[in-house]
Amino acid sequence: MKFTRSKLAIPYIIYMVLFVVLPLLVVCYYAFTGDDGNLTIDNFRNFFTNSKTMGTLFYSLVIASATTVLCLLLAYPTAYILAKGPFKRSDVLLILFVMPMWINFTLRITALKEVLSMLEGNLALHPFFNTVICMTYDFMPFMVMPLYTSLSKLDDNVLEAAADLGAKPWQIMFKLVIPMSMPGIISGVTMVFLPAMTNYVVLDMVYNSTFIMGSLIGSYFSSYDWHNGSMISVILLLLIFAISAFSSKLSKEELNKKTVQGI
Amino acid sequence: MSENNTIIELKNISKSYDKETMVIDNLNLEIKKGEFVTLLGPSGCGKTTILRMIGGFETPTEGEILLHGEDISKLPPNKRPINTVFQKYALFPSMNIYDNIAFGLKIKKLDKKTIDEKVKKALEIVDLEGFEKRGVATLSGGQQQRIAIARAIVNEPEILLLDEPLGALDYKMRKEMQLELKEMHRELGITFIFVTHDQEEALTMSDKIVVMADGKIQQVGTPCQVYDTPSNVFVADFIGESNIFNGRMVGSGKVRFCHTDFECVDDYPVDTKIEAMIRPENVHIVKPSEGMLKGKVYSSIFKGIYYEILIMVGKYEFTAQSQKEIPEDTEVGISIDPDGIHVVPYNIHKNHFEGVVDEELDVKFVDFSMKVDLTKLFDGATIKEGALYGKNGALIETAGKKIDAYFDPEKSDLSDNPDEGIVQGHIISIIYKGDHYSYIVRSSNEIDYYADDDYLWNIGDFVSVVIPEESIEYTLMG
Repeated sequence: MKFTRSKLAIPYIIYMVLFVVLPLLVVCYYAFTGDDGNLTIDNFRNFFTNSKTMGTLFYSLVIASATTVLCLLLAYPTAYILAKGPFKRSDVLLILFVMPMWINFTLRITALKEVLSMLEGNLALHPFFNTVICMTYDFMPFMVMPLYTSLSKLDDNVLEAAADLGAKPWQIMFKLVIPMSMPGIISGVTMVFLPAMTNYVVLDMVYNSTFIMGSLIGSYFSSYDWHNGSMISVILLLLIFAISAFSSKLSKEELNKKTVQGI
Repeated sequence: MSENNTIIELKNISKSYDKETMVIDNLNLEIKKGEFVTLLGPSGCGKTTILRMIGGFETPTEGEILLHGEDISKLPPNKRPINTVFQKYALFPSMNIYDNIAFGLKIKKLDKKTIDEKVKKALEIVDLEGFEKRGVATLSGGQQQRIAIARAIVNEPEILLLDEPLGALDYKMRKEMQLELKEMHRELGITFIFVTHDQEEALTMSDKIVVMADGKIQQVGTPCQVYDTPSNVFVADFIGESNIFNGRMVGSGKVRFCHTDFECVDDYPVDTKIEAMIRPENVHIVKPSEGMLKGKVYSSIFKGIYYEILIMVGKYEFTAQSQKEIPEDTEVGISIDPDGIHVVPYNIHKNHFEGVVDEELDVKFVDFSMKVDLTKLFDGATIKEGALYGKNGALIETAGKKIDAYFDPEKSDLSDNPDEGIVQGHIISIIYKGDHYSYIVRSSNEIDYYADDDYLWNIGDFVSVVIPEESIEYTLMG
């Protein structure tokens, strides 16, 4: 028997069908049925009429946006310095920078909590602030990596050409460096924004009692409301699909613009 | 001192990135307004570094760059009336052609109408009218290079720097662009400083060529001057092809090489050691009975407009050109007109090294130390119990005395066994001398050794220089 490529995929296909596709179908079934087992779209309607679910969606978007913006503001200069600074082994520096990622994130956040409580006293007093700080800390490497990759690909001659044509450093930054590193920004934003929408463990750990999308689903399931809980999962899934499709379209456009230089 | 028409002057410029290696070594250069100057040299000779210092992308470690008599060496690029065309175009990929060319003008805050006009004019100059809306990606390499030129000249710089701008283009395109660049230079009337490693390109385009090697200027002159009267063998070898032989002067206007006396135009005192250079087109192939030298053709290669003929004269190899093919093994004569021989005196500073005598009576040089028979340097001296005594028996204080060592390149050889020679290094230069190769070997301490060898090594090979002990001549200094 010869091992063809399609045969090599069999183990994963079995795994995927058992643990991804089937559960997904189960979720979809529950989402579109009621307690009586009949097909219904009531659950869908409930989501958009219930102020609790809409409020949670809004809060999740705010948390994710704040985390993403903070990550971007902190990571961009860092990645720029790592990629363009006078370091001989910037790749080693980068690894040092992303190394915390290899430690389990609950451990890291436990440590960060100690620091925060030294600064603030009672952590429960600033739930939103603490959540964003901890998530930023958690997701930072996912922002630094793609930014570093796209910034280090940036041609120094192009930046020199801009300086040569009279541009001041800030003009070079806003007219060239940022537009040219757009693919990195897009993929960094996607990689931080999406997990930040659902990561309720961080909220739990910093005593943030507000619901986020992940914990909302959990709360429905724990009260045995399988149908509404499943519907929220499906809506969240569609939302994630939409966002990642949009961002991959954006970065493809940027990539097309970029292929310019390489001849 | 600087005349009115000097636009830029480099004074005692040195540049090193780390403390040890000098990329540019005390370089002086004056460029006149409106000139087309080419910096020509092999890769790594420092020509691009010079250009980048003029453009403001590098700061000289020492020295001044005077623009109209004022030092600009510390000014950032955006404060200099100088624009650069980069080798890989360096167009802004996120902008269309119009925005690329208008970039500098927008920064100067010119009004829209003026910018439109100037962009249009610049596109006309580079022959790409109507390309404003196109994206950078849709252009060919040659077109991108033209846009890069347009983007630079639209700012009306006083000096345009071009860093191997044609290097990435194919042969035909390059030829075309050479002529167009020259035409643009004539039209614009501004100073062009052009960097290339292509000697043909330099000869075609320049008013003045600056030949560089190893961070130093080898020769400055018009294309004719550097081709016809190269100032040293490096220039002769790098620009065009040359037959180079060691020889000596035997009379007024008479030079001897390849065991034959020739008349020549250059004149140096009798017995001066010289290097004679003869361009292949000046080696005339005649009947064996009419030649100054007799030889046998051993290779005849078709080169398009001529045949390259290699002739062995005894052990010496001559390269000549002929309009018609000459079959191998043909007996031929060689005749060279007096003005076809260019003679330069042999550099007498080669292979002189300074050493110091230490307590053990060894002589320490930078790269090696040697046992030297000191009794020969001090008349009638003798060595007793590790110390040197003079003729009258008095102790001579030897420690710290400086000694000059010299060896003749002809008496040395190269070896790939590092222990065989007295010093090791990498080959940085090779010049063929008709019957042997003349090498420069640079040690890790940046000392150059000139050595001859019959075998062909490569640039960058790690070799040791073998010098028979009896061929090293020592003299007491000072």
